[in-house]
Amino acid sequence: MGYLLIFITAIFVNNVILSQFLGICPFLGVSKKVNTAAGMGAAVTFVLTLATIVTYVIQVYLLIPYGLEYLQTIAFILVIAALVQMVEIILKKVSPPLYQALGVFLPLITTNCCILGVAIQVASNQYNSQGLEFGLLPGIMYAVSTALGFALAMIIFAGLREQLQFSKVPKAMQGMPIALITASLLAMAFMGFSGIDAGLRL
Amino acid sequence: MNNFKILLNGIIKENPTLVLMLGMCPTLATTSNAINGMSMGIATMFVLVMSNFIISLIKNLVPDMVRIPCYIVVIATLVTILQMLMQAYVPDIYNTLGLFIPLIVVNCIILGRAEAFAAKNNPIASIFDGVGIGLGFTLALTLIGAIREFLGTGHLFGIKLQGEDYGMLMFVLAPGAFLTLGYVIAIVNKLKKEE
Repeated sequence: MGYLLIFITAIFVNNVILSQFLGICPFLGVSKKVNTAAGMGAAVTFVLTLATIVTYVIQVYLLIPYGLEYLQTIAFILVIAALVQMVEIILKKVSPPLYQALGVFLPLITTNCCILGVAIQVASNQYNSQGLEFGLLPGIMYAVSTALGFALAMIIFAGLREQLQFSKVPKAMQGMPIALITASLLAMAFMGFSGIDAGLRL
Repeated sequence: MNNFKILLNGIIKENPTLVLMLGMCPTLATTSNAINGMSMGIATMFVLVMSNFIISLIKNLVPDMVRIPCYIVVIATLVTILQMLMQAYVPDIYNTLGLFIPLIVVNCIILGRAEAFAAKNNPIASIFDGVGIGLGFTLALTLIGAIREFLGTGHLFGIKLQGEDYGMLMFVLAPGAFLTLGYVIAIVNKLKKEE
């Protein structure tokens, strides 16, 4: 039940973009077409899961035993940057089609704040607000669900923006303002999910 | 005079939030009231001024190939210092802003200014650029925070301005953040076109 709760909460109730505001840059930047949005979503899912595992291991087996918790920010950002580079090199060798598909988005991911954000949340137990005991497996579950929530929000938003191109928007509202207002309506729709996690907790 | 121009440029013409649209995550996440927005702005300004200064000092020592990782290490070190300072002196604000303090590392404004300005200019000009862009960011965040706080709770900087039963809670929650920022940018666009 705990895993299902993490899954539902991370995707719908506490959606990473629409209620936690992590990863807004790619959300607004690469959401003009559904295809690119899905590509970004896939790349983020991949890197976020890996990064969470690696940073969690570093936190528990390196930083905490040696009392180096204050180095968390520096250690994590370097690990994530190196990890993204490594994933890029490995993918290029092992699976060229996947590399081709994700290619453009991989380097962009280093500065995506949802990767560092989720890594810090998991490593410092912050998502315990749901009252769950926290370990590596729930952490991975949380990372995967968060990434799926990211992909879901990206794809819905890209679909909305594709439709938006056909409508007449006042001049001053064109581009970013109307996109933000669309995002606001989407966030309102997602607020409708709040409360379903309470039912699951029983 | 020249430095003064750099300062104004950051506040108005190249306002990071309202014109360049960088650093959207903290803009949306920490502006549920004016004071939070202002604290976030000042915290970011601290890192920005210091990182601009240090990077423009070391710009000739760093090989071109590895400059981005070097810049990130400088920024991450400054953010760690900021975290320690805030934990020691303003623990309340540190707890409210929470995750978004370490996330200053991945704020595109800071790396963007390091690349676009500090890597090409002298340390003094870089400090002025940092102060200008930082002030622009702080002002934008304070404005958005004030609008959301006033519409959402009837308070302004924590002072009550409306009656007891007033409150459009939506503006304090997530949708209000997107909505307010959208309209503020639309107004800025309108003003820019009229000029």
